[in-house]
Amino acid sequence: MTAAIAGTDIAHQIEQRFPGAVAEAVPEFAVLKPELLVEVMTWLRDDEAMGFRFLSSLTGVDTMEWFEVVYHLEAFRTNRIVALKVKSHDRENPSVPSVSMVWQGAQLQEREAFDLMGIRFEGNPDLRRLFLWDGFAGFPLRKDYLNMPGGLMAGLERFPGEQGLEFSGRGTE
Amino acid sequence: MSIKSEPFVVNIGPQHPSTHGVFRLRLTLDGEKIIDADMVMGYLHRSMEKLAEERTYTQNIPFTDRTDYLAAMTGNLAYVMAVEKLMNVEVPERALFLRTIMAELQRIASHAMAVGIFANDCGAWQTPVMHMFRDREKILDLFEMACGARLTLNYMRIGGVSKDIPPEWMPQARKLLKELPDRFAEYEDLLLSNEIIIARSRGIGALTAEEAMNYSVSGPMLRASGVAWDVRKADPYGAYDKLDFDIAVGKNGDVFDRFVVRLAEMRQSLHMLEQALDMIPSGPVHARLGTATVQPWGQAVAPLAYRPPVGEAYARIESPRGELGYYIVSDGGPAPFRFHIRSPSFINLSPLKLMSVGTTIADAIVILGSVDIVVGEVDR
Repeated sequence: MTAAIAGTDIAHQIEQRFPGAVAEAVPEFAVLKPELLVEVMTWLRDDEAMGFRFLSSLTGVDTMEWFEVVYHLEAFRTNRIVALKVKSHDRENPSVPSVSMVWQGAQLQEREAFDLMGIRFEGNPDLRRLFLWDGFAGFPLRKDYLNMPGGLMAGLERFPGEQGLEFSGRGTE
Repeated sequence: MSIKSEPFVVNIGPQHPSTHGVFRLRLTLDGEKIIDADMVMGYLHRSMEKLAEERTYTQNIPFTDRTDYLAAMTGNLAYVMAVEKLMNVEVPERALFLRTIMAELQRIASHAMAVGIFANDCGAWQTPVMHMFRDREKILDLFEMACGARLTLNYMRIGGVSKDIPPEWMPQARKLLKELPDRFAEYEDLLLSNEIIIARSRGIGALTAEEAMNYSVSGPMLRASGVAWDVRKADPYGAYDKLDFDIAVGKNGDVFDRFVVRLAEMRQSLHMLEQALDMIPSGPVHARLGTATVQPWGQAVAPLAYRPPVGEAYARIESPRGELGYYIVSDGGPAPFRFHIRSPSFINLSPLKLMSVGTTIADAIVILGSVDIVVGEVDR
């Protein structure tokens, strides 16, 4: 079985090597600071004990307060997987450093996140629109893309006919 | 003597028989040699990740059929596994076996298409494809018996599968498993020693193990480069931990090796199916989740909407095309807050430029064929 490394464990190991590189850590993931992101990622790839030479997935998430980029890294030799994040608090022009020089596989995935979520990856050599055309207005995967009347966000609050469940979704009711 | 020529741009696609869908390859040529390759995609972009944010977890299962429409079973499986991880659901043993059996049947059907269409790209026009379609039809018949659909199957459910297989399914599946080894021998005979296929694919588009890993390539492409990595072995899901099989590994990482690895994987899938059909236990095929509602006609059905706890989950499986992952974030509502597909077709295209620059335009067709993309999954 692939062992999922706890975010708190990996944060501890990163902190020993790069003091101040970790912003926060919970068991599911660790959040890195953008300033040292590329150095930490390069170390995670090249270090013999770490060996995360495969970037499984890179994607953006709009949490409505900040944007975050999620990296899932895999180490084949030791059969481990880890989830790392980096946050950008700029609502208008979110930007994080690119890891496409660490893993070439990040190149296309960063382009996808830029196209649909509007996150700029500083240092990506080919950051263009991917699925949508040049000049497309806005970034559709952002939560505030095309607000609904009454300032509601897109998303499902309640399934039609769903009874007896206390409402806990987003938006106003 | 060398002749200087102006660079010349050729568009292959979006409508072209060798692009396997609406995918456009923009090649810059110097004579016949490729000096630059650019991919233009999005012709089939349906914005599934956004649509999924407005549908319940169960309503999203049909979307996962329509990403990789040649392997709908594995698409279903990866998604329901991610939601089960989020909800912490224990799936009954029989459902795990049914999922594994269906996924392996799907792998044979999908690889048959990949190999047949690849032979098509090499110039063996239509004959190998028709041979492959013959077997794929029989597998689709089995799917039709199990769930009523042939292509977009919508068979898996959160907590199990939609329904148990009918009693006549097993004999028909066993009959097919008896027929397949002869067929595979026929394909290997027909294609592996075919001079044209060897001449057009050996040494073309080679990736080293290091390059393949760095470009996040997965599945048969990664294994053809000599990396013995298979999620079914490394992180067994379903019933794979109880089945005996080998990882098919190539050596040179070229187009020919990818083709050989796919043929070898079809044999391994058959081997797994033979074991799984004998080992499948009886029992329920769906976990008890929440309160079932009883329909007027007396049938108990699973709740219409699930509300997984706040959190996030990333589940990945080995689909016929590579590592298929679903990243799902829940905010406690009935619909996913974020729904992301790590699609192997899309990410396996990353090294396309690396593989095709320096080769000729005819090689580019074969290289694209060896990646085995499904444009529904590239664009989503």
